[in-house]
Amino acid sequence: MGLAAVLATLPLLFLLWHLLREGSSAIDVAFFTRTPRSVGESGGGMANAIVGTLILVGIAGLIGLPVGIGAGLYCAERGTARLATTVRFLSDVLNGMPSIVMGIFAWHFLVRPVGHFSALAGGIALGAMMVPLVTRATEEMVRTVPTALREAALALGYPRWRTSVSIVLRTALPGIVTAALVAIARIAGETAPLLFTSFGNSFWSLALDQPIAALPHQIYTYAITPYPEWHRLAWAASLVLIGLVLLISLAARFATRSRHGGVGD
Amino acid sequence: MARSVERGSPNGLAPAKTMVAVRQLDAYFGAHRAVLGAAIDFVGGEVTAIIGPSGCGKSTLLRCLNRMHETVPTARVEGEVLLDGRDIYRRGVSPIEVRRHVGMVFQRPTPFPTMSIRDNVAAGFRALGLRAPSRSDQDAIVEQSLRRAGLWDEVSDRLRDSATALSGGQQQRLCIARALATRPKVLLLDEPTASLDPLSTQKVEELVHQLRGAVTVIIVTHNMQQAARVSDRTAFMLAGELVEIAPTPTMFTTPSDPRTEAYITGRFG
Repeated sequence: MGLAAVLATLPLLFLLWHLLREGSSAIDVAFFTRTPRSVGESGGGMANAIVGTLILVGIAGLIGLPVGIGAGLYCAERGTARLATTVRFLSDVLNGMPSIVMGIFAWHFLVRPVGHFSALAGGIALGAMMVPLVTRATEEMVRTVPTALREAALALGYPRWRTSVSIVLRTALPGIVTAALVAIARIAGETAPLLFTSFGNSFWSLALDQPIAALPHQIYTYAITPYPEWHRLAWAASLVLIGLVLLISLAARFATRSRHGGVGD
Repeated sequence: MARSVERGSPNGLAPAKTMVAVRQLDAYFGAHRAVLGAAIDFVGGEVTAIIGPSGCGKSTLLRCLNRMHETVPTARVEGEVLLDGRDIYRRGVSPIEVRRHVGMVFQRPTPFPTMSIRDNVAAGFRALGLRAPSRSDQDAIVEQSLRRAGLWDEVSDRLRDSATALSGGQQQRLCIARALATRPKVLLLDEPTASLDPLSTQKVEELVHQLRGAVTVIIVTHNMQQAARVSDRTAFMLAGELVEIAPTPTMFTTPSDPRTEAYITGRFG
């Protein structure tokens, strides 16, 4: 059993070690401040992809968090209602949906009618992936709030909605923040839904209705080229992406230990 | 100069008056009837204890008095409960309004874990939103409520701390302070000392004593000694039926119903 435990951590350790060896050499100030150069030219960076990923994740969060948290709260508070059962089932189905399917779907409805790729389409595709993750996690966190607390609020004359929001949701908040960060970390690395939505962009762009670069997608693009210089950049981008995800996971850990506790404690 | 204080007017001033009148009350969980045709008057300013074996419906009856019973799925109530003369189950009466006049404290302490000690006490009137009193008025009410709950001296220097840092007994008195802060006419205590140690239990009982006269207290307990110690009147319930209600000394010395006698002499329950 101990051996299995060690084996379970091996892939991560090996991956980190290899990434550091291959990628760290290409990480310099330019990597964070410059946009990609053409083949043959040395230097250049991935500033546009880093910012692109942040924008895409931001759009996804704006969609995924309110919808997911609202739906999760509903499911937890109205556990036996038919709508809650349906939402729970569909969330599980959506959770298991291959992300490439989500990408095709977003392309069909958000890219084809408009006629061109866009950051918005990519963000929406990622947001749709986030919804079921956040829904299920929120429901679980809200369910850990004792019924007694809910009753205490109702007995004080709190209306039902106010009990849900200012007592139940508030008490479950540290747990929900953690779940939200885990969901963000998860979708930040998604590539497939972006292939035919945000598409990628070698240039600096902040426009939501234009194609935009993203780290995972940039890794893919660079890794399949025959140029060693670009391979090095792909490794570096992988390292930065992993670092980003790691940072979010750490933030999630920190959030559970917030003061005044709540359920996460 | 000694003055005898009559039962039924514990503060010696106001004449005894019915604060809560229960008329032909049935309470259901789905098809199961947990309270059968209860009829009882709770006298204003008095402490009334409801005793009876587990599952006899005493908590359910209590939860009918602030319309908490109906918050459980499939639960419903038939009959009347007159609070100060007005039926709280009449069409158009808001359960939220009822609960602001009828405070409740539960078996286990339920401080809100995300709130400070101060905010816990203020929680009841903060829920009023725009109609909530000003910040300085709130502070005054918080202090007064904590004093009434006998907790002020223990927490006055750490009002901003989390309420979960308090001991179980302190948490329970905090919940009493929270219930008192909205100045309810009636205070319902549902086995308030069931999860407390003897010393904390004693403090809560002393508190109930001090509240006599100012608030109408109805306390559910399965501890008969406690009922004898704190109450003016005692009601006995068995299998959903309200068997008997009498002044506490009478109840524990010469009960009129043989079932009551059997219970208090320990032959069942």
